[in-house]
Amino acid sequence: MSTQSDRARAYWRENLRIIFTYMVVWFVVSYGCGILFVDALDQIQFFGFPLGFWFAQQGAIYVFIGLIWAYVFSMNRLDEKYDVHE
Amino acid sequence: MSLDLLTYMFIGGSFALYIGIAIWARAGSTKEFYVAGGGVPPVANGMATAADWMSAASFISLAGIVSFIGRDGAAYLMGWTGGYVLLAMLLAPYLRKFGKFTVPDFVGDRYYSSTARTIAVICTIVISFTYVAGQMRGVGIVFSRYLHVDINTGVIVGMVIVFFYAVLGGMKGITYTQVAQYCVLIMAFMVPAFFLSMQVTGHFLPQTGLGATLDTGKSVLATLNDLSVELGFDQYTQGNKSTIDMFFMTAALMCGTAGLPHVIVRFFTVPRVKDARISAGWALIFIAILYTTVPAVAGFGRVNLIETINGPDNAGVEYTQMPSWFKNWESSGLIGWADKNGDGKVQYLAGSAFEGGKPEFLDQRGEYGQRLTGNASVSANEVYVDRDIMVLANPEIANLPDWVIALVAAGAVAAALSTAAGLLLVISTSISHDLMKKTINPNITDQQELTYARLAAIVAIIIAGYFGINPPGFVAQVVALAFGLAASSVFPAIILGIFSTRMNTQGAVSGMLVGLSVTIAYIVYFKFMGGTPDQLLFGISPEGFGTVGMLLNFTVALLVSAMTPEPPAEIQTIIEDIRIPRGAGEAHTH
Repeated sequence: MSTQSDRARAYWRENLRIIFTYMVVWFVVSYGCGILFVDALDQIQFFGFPLGFWFAQQGAIYVFIGLIWAYVFSMNRLDEKYDVHE
Repeated sequence: MSLDLLTYMFIGGSFALYIGIAIWARAGSTKEFYVAGGGVPPVANGMATAADWMSAASFISLAGIVSFIGRDGAAYLMGWTGGYVLLAMLLAPYLRKFGKFTVPDFVGDRYYSSTARTIAVICTIVISFTYVAGQMRGVGIVFSRYLHVDINTGVIVGMVIVFFYAVLGGMKGITYTQVAQYCVLIMAFMVPAFFLSMQVTGHFLPQTGLGATLDTGKSVLATLNDLSVELGFDQYTQGNKSTIDMFFMTAALMCGTAGLPHVIVRFFTVPRVKDARISAGWALIFIAILYTTVPAVAGFGRVNLIETINGPDNAGVEYTQMPSWFKNWESSGLIGWADKNGDGKVQYLAGSAFEGGKPEFLDQRGEYGQRLTGNASVSANEVYVDRDIMVLANPEIANLPDWVIALVAAGAVAAALSTAAGLLLVISTSISHDLMKKTINPNITDQQELTYARLAAIVAIIIAGYFGINPPGFVAQVVALAFGLAASSVFPAIILGIFSTRMNTQGAVSGMLVGLSVTIAYIVYFKFMGGTPDQLLFGISPEGFGTVGMLLNFTVALLVSAMTPEPPAEIQTIIEDIRIPRGAGEAHTH
């Protein structure tokens, strides 16, 4: 019994670590590139867009999609590893 | 074929489709009514979530907002998409594992408290009604502009359609009509965007078209910047809001999105925990197709608008030479012109053309046939353009074929109806399930509960229709309230309920009360009691204050729970259970 709950705890810790990693990226692309450093990034041109403007109005959204799917795949692997999948 | 006939065909055809689906997908049990039987495939759920989420505001207003405020529009673009990352990682999988029907279900059970449940029910109902009034109004506006019927008739037609599939089909009917509505609305948004992009830049994809270089050798954005500066506006790619305000607004919209009850319940309809994550991924893809096109539509639309109104030399075009869309929208009251310098030409510049912002029309026509107004301002700008016409008028401004215009009308109606249906379902569920079954009379049977749900849906539709016909003047203002409430109450309560085993009733309830009251007080003070911009706390606008309410909620909840006894052992077991995906299938019963 105790090993089972140890495993559950280990599963949860790994889940939290994955979430934390992806949330850092989420924060950097939206609040970082799109808001805090937007003026600095605007000095760089990117396919006809000022880069900060591009992140704020399009780029961040693409990264959001990538993050959710990366999370889906990471979790599917983790669920299998700890044998908690359905 | 005339535009009127085409519009009737497109809207009529789409209605026939929705009703057909509703009859095919009737709900027979409360489980089908509340969560579509819990068997919706993730892709379909993603599509339904996208339609549920993208309201008349996303379809009609968002491009207009971005078009008129430029880069700062990013707060909405990132805020209304970034929330899905939070949903996918922090809420959806665990709530699906918990396996009940509603948000108040989770809050009430997790915090073993009917007070917590009641607060969640009240928030749910207030948020949903706030939202639904705007949707009914959107349907009315589209009907009155394109089908030349009274706005009220439009609202009533919309009510009848929603009544059909929401009351008959419940979540099951709504889910499959939303899939159809997503297809209609995304086509309606994308087809004119492709046309516009090809026309302006030669790029097929609007997403890259916005960065393209024009025949003049300047890029689209540089052209927009130059035009804006010439007319006295700020540069399009420059921000106007303070960094802290952008930060708080974006956060409030993100967390508010993740806390909206009608979005959360969509994740209860999939078979497995894994599917909840996957359907969040699909939902964001389907949403992003529209949201990444919005900046392009906004940019092209603005260039076209300025060039059409002011003419190639930027000196103004004679009113009598204006294209028919200008006069049509003037008749609808969304464009107004005052010939201040008496030259018979329309000149569009920065500044408010009318005292108080909007034109007050007199019941007379002037010498050129224009509607006369009574409140022209001293500014040299002669034109008022309502930002809501950007998407609706774009195809006409760009001279696109009539069938595209008819398609846009059908798309706008689909966007409004799909969101309205999702909201009405949440309202009726809150009343029949959270109030009747869980609070007032736990002994009612499944069939009785279903009857209550249908009755509540009918009453909710009538109230929503009433607000659509007699819109309270504050509809636009209270959207801030809906997101603020969701971000400052429901969102932290759910997050803490999942990620903290130590969080107890006392903590959650005091956190929600503090978050709610602070947010409501701030928004009411600045929106309704005449608070002035220099009184804003750190320059945070009311739309962003939900973030402050949320932070206070978290802080108070953690402090209070640390000083009060920990939750009972069986609650801690529930929390440990929802963190593990296995076993979600069986958890679906009461």
